[in-house]
Amino acid sequence: MSYYEEVIHIVLLSLFVSLASTLIASLAGMALAIPVALKDFRLKKYIVRLSETSMSIPPVLMGLVVYLLLSRKGPLGELKLLFTPAAMIIAQSLLVFPIIFGLTVSAIGGRGREIKKNCSALGAGSIDTLILIIRECKVQLFSVVAAGFGRAISEVGAVMMVGGNIKGDTRVMTTYIALETGQGKFGEAITIGVILLLVAFVVNFILHGLSNIDEK
Amino acid sequence: MLTIKSKSGVKRLLTILMCAVIGITVMACSKKERSMILATTTSTQDSGLLDYLLPLFKEDTGITVKVLAKGTGEAIEVAKRGDADGLLVHAKSQEVKFVEEGYGTERLEVMYNDFIVVGPKDDPAKLKEKAPKDGVEAFKLISSSGANFISRGDKSGTNTKELDIWKDAGITPTGEWYISAGKGMGAVLTMASEKKAYTLTDRATYLNMRDTLDLAIVTEKGSQFLNQYALIRLDDSKNKIKTKEANEFIDWMLSTKGQKLIGEYGKEKYGMPLFTPNAN
Repeated sequence: MSYYEEVIHIVLLSLFVSLASTLIASLAGMALAIPVALKDFRLKKYIVRLSETSMSIPPVLMGLVVYLLLSRKGPLGELKLLFTPAAMIIAQSLLVFPIIFGLTVSAIGGRGREIKKNCSALGAGSIDTLILIIRECKVQLFSVVAAGFGRAISEVGAVMMVGGNIKGDTRVMTTYIALETGQGKFGEAITIGVILLLVAFVVNFILHGLSNIDEK
Repeated sequence: MLTIKSKSGVKRLLTILMCAVIGITVMACSKKERSMILATTTSTQDSGLLDYLLPLFKEDTGITVKVLAKGTGEAIEVAKRGDADGLLVHAKSQEVKFVEEGYGTERLEVMYNDFIVVGPKDDPAKLKEKAPKDGVEAFKLISSSGANFISRGDKSGTNTKELDIWKDAGITPTGEWYISAGKGMGAVLTMASEKKAYTLTDRATYLNMRDTLDLAIVTEKGSQFLNQYALIRLDDSKNKIKTKEANEFIDWMLSTKGQKLIGEYGKEKYGMPLFTPNAN
């Protein structure tokens, strides 16, 4: 595998893993967060505290937990997922989920409930209310997704453990930087570091563009 | 109450999601090639040997070998858990134990090279002068002078050899000068170069990285420096592994062709082969 082939593979895999896990975490996180944000119930305070704590789970710890789950000797061993990109997506989705959930609850929060109150006063159906809330909070929601993606693309501990940093297979930009730095190949490491920042910039640029889609 | 504006926004989001799903499925389906996971030491990877051999192996058999380069100790643990299909390491005592415990059916020697002690070019402990060919004497000098020494600290083959030499010298290495890194060979060499420290390394990794390092060979060709690599045939009754691919890899490495290729690696670049094949 030539150097350029390796670099392209690393960049594409990083994008694939981070986008996939951000997508999964966003769909699940927002689906659960919006109803929680809009209603008031007894355990709400504890759920919000739990999600805030979960945002601080060290990625290596999550990596260890997922590793033990997916190992052939582990409960999900039959799926043979360890040391594959799928394992990396699973670990990152679990890391990004609390961020999406917690930040969505804050983003929707008071404004969402006000909109809900007004909508029910005007006699709107619940689906229409939901769509209106999402549209009104659209910009914040896209920032939440951007924050989640930021966590995913920069993460190195979990993907290193469950992916194994296998050349040509599960090596991503962050694990590549760690490896090359350890080998003293600083030029290669910095090059990929710059590419990572550019990729993050482009993705955030696109997300920002999407959040303004419906504006005139 | 659905306006045209919100409809097109939702539509765009859905198209993006569809593309993502299609992309993911395509990627999942394209992975139909034969492959296996080889758990091995960092020196077989960091010396460049596997980068040289594996494409040739793939040409002959169509099997992609995915290299999990960890220290010998960790590679053995991965193999015990059934997370690897093949094992190529270099710590005889650990390998023998592994087979005795039933995780492997056979230990097959495949190639060897040698260990060397490297250190800062100004050689403060005077190893090159006083112990150019004696590992035990070299370690004694390092300990008595308190010069920095980086240990792999990871139960790797190199670490195992290092600890054996300390034992032969009758020294238990402790103190600020003894730095246990917990990293692979390449990373430890980089650290030794940075910290102007001595370390034990296999010759192949050192030669492969020589250009980025500020280290010189101080002790070599001692009697304790034999570095024997072996393939372990994993017992597939313990864990479900890719036995067919693993066996093809072992057969190829031990074949006349494989052994010849191993013996040629490094000749062009370094003027000497980095590994000597010695399968029976």
